[in-house]
Amino acid sequence: MMQPMTPRRIIGVCAILASALFVAMVVSLRLGAYPMSVTSVVTTLYHGAIGQMDRIPSDFRLVIFGIRLPRIAMGIVVGASLAVAGAGFQSLLRNPLADPYVLGVSTGAALGAIISLIVAPHVPLAMQIAAFAGATATIAAVYFLGRRGGQLDSATLLLAGIISASFLSAVIMFLMTTLSGRDLRGMAFWLMGDLATPPQISISFLFVVMIAAVGAIYTTASDLNLILTGEQEARHLGVNVARVKIVVYISASLLTGLAVSVSGAIGYVGLLVPHVMRMMFGSDYRVLIPSSAFGGAIAIVLADTLARTVVAPTELPVGAMTAIVGAPVFIYLLRRRVR
Amino acid sequence: MNAHGTPVENAPRGGNPAAAASDVRLTVEQASYAYSVTDRGAPKFALGPVTFEARRREIVAILGPNASGKSTLLKLLAGLCKPLSGFVRVDDKEPSQLDPRERAQRIALVQQESALIFPLRVWEYVLQGRYPYGRRLRFESKEDCLMAENALSQVGASELRDRWMEQLSGGEKQRVILARALAQQPSLLLLDEPTQHLDIGGKVELLRRLRRLVDENRYTVVVVTHELNLAAEFSDRIVLLHRGKCEITGTPREVYQRDILEDVFAAPLDVEIRPGGKPRVLLRDANGRGERME
Repeated sequence: MMQPMTPRRIIGVCAILASALFVAMVVSLRLGAYPMSVTSVVTTLYHGAIGQMDRIPSDFRLVIFGIRLPRIAMGIVVGASLAVAGAGFQSLLRNPLADPYVLGVSTGAALGAIISLIVAPHVPLAMQIAAFAGATATIAAVYFLGRRGGQLDSATLLLAGIISASFLSAVIMFLMTTLSGRDLRGMAFWLMGDLATPPQISISFLFVVMIAAVGAIYTTASDLNLILTGEQEARHLGVNVARVKIVVYISASLLTGLAVSVSGAIGYVGLLVPHVMRMMFGSDYRVLIPSSAFGGAIAIVLADTLARTVVAPTELPVGAMTAIVGAPVFIYLLRRRVR
Repeated sequence: MNAHGTPVENAPRGGNPAAAASDVRLTVEQASYAYSVTDRGAPKFALGPVTFEARRREIVAILGPNASGKSTLLKLLAGLCKPLSGFVRVDDKEPSQLDPRERAQRIALVQQESALIFPLRVWEYVLQGRYPYGRRLRFESKEDCLMAENALSQVGASELRDRWMEQLSGGEKQRVILARALAQQPSLLLLDEPTQHLDIGGKVELLRRLRRLVDENRYTVVVVTHELNLAAEFSDRIVLLHRGKCEITGTPREVYQRDILEDVFAAPLDVEIRPGGKPRVLLRDANGRGERME
């Protein structure tokens, strides 16, 4: 049967994933040093949603709205951003292993953010802009290093990304060691990713930028489907490949910069999530982009919940959780795809 | 045809009175091209000038040794680059001037396809041919599905519809790729070595199918190939290129002359005319007698 993509199917998939995200949020809100029952979490959320804050016990209000919900919201922004950036890079580079972390883009963004902290520590948005600049510069460098004889070579591209990441990590370690007196947050934050520190910037602003960038990538969804089949063929079918590339590279770098500036370089979300979504709902980018956004949010919310509960009262960096799951899957995909 | 690609009833196929009067679909007039000049000042490679015409229901074969400019000529026809001198016209429009989507509604180009990196069903692949008719982010309509079904049945691949692309044999894949091009409803179909990876049975089958499609649907087909004898068998017109120059154009019988072919392909060849009037190229042995090539 020919079953072309319909808006109904996309809405259906989004509804399923939104429900799953809600469940993940409730689970995450419940767990922690101050345990709460599911009922009290749901009633607290309900009273909060209809604006009856005075009916919520004050300690619940603090735990839910003061501590856990902001952290979850940040996890949603970071997860959605990284997963959609990964899906975008995968199509443009025609490489199923592309991901902001593997390509070194996240580390480039982290370096940009650290440099802005050294040069302009108190300028608003400087860190986000610097992280975006770092991400853009890194993807441009990796793209050109990954070319061989004018063609993008899958293995060369990955090597270029991994080498760039390790070089940029070394620069980060150098900066952090020599400038150890300054407030640059921990090494683990920048190199592994961590949601424990609340961002300096309003979360609703992050949401707006994230939705705008995901929306920009979404306008190219049909084009990305064709580019995935082959860049030349896409051009012959009437796709304006140059325009699509600019839109997606800029938006994906923006998403990566945004995520890294608030959470550090969390790895493998951009690789794992689109892959799982492809297996569940197919490779069509019209459904893959929204499903990756939800899936990324779910993945980070769950990974962060694990990160702060498995060895409680100590916390693991969330990037350690994603890497423990992500690295083996990366190896599996590498062995299956790249010959 | 509007720029946003509503599927206006394909003008070149039925409506356009000017084109119908002359029946000429593709005009190439003194077209030439040179690749970007290198630092040292010499153009890397030049083509042309080339002049020929193709009508409806004609198959034109572009022949020539390697590096004779065949692919460059195909790019000019597809509008991927603009001729430096002269012009290329498809239904009175210059392809290089058209907006990419409008161009894809008139001209379909099939080259060696890239390897797929994610699995794709045959029907999804063929539906991609409907892209030029859609607005950004649009969803395929019933009509698009019908066109894709139609294209698959035109190449005799309806039964492959639900298979995965990666499971197809070489010949099946080539037919599906052709179906995607037909789903574009082009008036001009450009094929770059479509028979390259097929065995002789597959080659003959594909070309027979192409011949039938052209006869029944008024497509104009330009095919780049190395197959001298198959080109003589299935094409109406030959364009023979040699070192970037157009050596000769005409019917197979006009073009297939022993001294010309021997010179162009640098091989001892012989030409015999078969009972139907079509020429056949043979390899000449040391004694000067012809030997069958295939």
